[in-house]
Amino acid sequence: MTQAATVDHTLGVEPAESPLTPESWGKLGMWLFLAGDAMSFGGLLAAYGAIRYASGDWPQPSHVLGIQLTAFMTFLLICSSVTMVKGLAAIQKGDQAGLRRFLMLTILGGVIFLSMQAFEWTHLIERGMRLQGNPFGASLFSTTFFCATGFHGCHVFGGVVYLTCILVQAFRGRYSATNWNSVEIAALYWHFVDLVWILVFTFVYLV
Amino acid sequence: MVAVHHEEPNYMGVFWWLLVLTILEIAIIYAPIAKLVIVILLIGMALTKASLVALYYMHLKFEARTVGMIAVVPLLLCVFLIFMLTPDLSAIVHHSPKAEAAAEGAHGEH
Repeated sequence: MTQAATVDHTLGVEPAESPLTPESWGKLGMWLFLAGDAMSFGGLLAAYGAIRYASGDWPQPSHVLGIQLTAFMTFLLICSSVTMVKGLAAIQKGDQAGLRRFLMLTILGGVIFLSMQAFEWTHLIERGMRLQGNPFGASLFSTTFFCATGFHGCHVFGGVVYLTCILVQAFRGRYSATNWNSVEIAALYWHFVDLVWILVFTFVYLV
Repeated sequence: MVAVHHEEPNYMGVFWWLLVLTILEIAIIYAPIAKLVIVILLIGMALTKASLVALYYMHLKFEARTVGMIAVVPLLLCVFLIFMLTPDLSAIVHHSPKAEAAAEGAHGEH
């Protein structure tokens, strides 16, 4: 038997450890990916600020966009972050049923968020908001709005798909009190999506 | 896998802080104070909320210092980008219909 064949590679457990993230290299990889992704969002928001400052007839977003709806969407994402950390805490104690329950709640939060965003976009499009213009003022107001919230929405959709894959593995009993690294890495992504929305909500809707 | 143990943060405590700050953010945009003060307060509260999520939900508080530095780099670069854009922005003259009408009015008086 070869040496490779004798190594006990349980699926989902990484054989190597990083000195920065002793749990796994995967966690460090996710942090590096999120740092790069944060720069994409940072660039979008900085461009939004610059374009808005340069425009003389930028509409007041809180007068045009539905603040109550998006405030509830913010609350929903914060709740889904809580269910995500609760799910991770559950599996760290070996509670597989708890992980599955909290993961399902987190995914549900993401799906409701996306549905509400689709509703919001439909409503705004019906009121004349287009990628190339809008009846409220500067044409770039709607361009930047759809780009920033759309880019974030894509991340939420990606997160829902990612967490669904984790949930499928959880139903197969892949995770345990000694094997939860993949759940933690997925949780990092989901919290990042929540963190970015906090900033998008403030800069695009409130300021 | 090496499990790094740390005391479980008070997740619900962080949740209540996030909720209170969100309600304050919405309330403050209707407050009868200067727009600049509102903007500064909103940015302060948003950064506080983002920090709470990163530190406690993403467990950055319990990670190695270098991981924290990786996380801070995008923020620093974003601030750098804003400073690089500032000279161009400060040179912009607004050409809104209102501003143009006001300018025409001022010329008409002379």
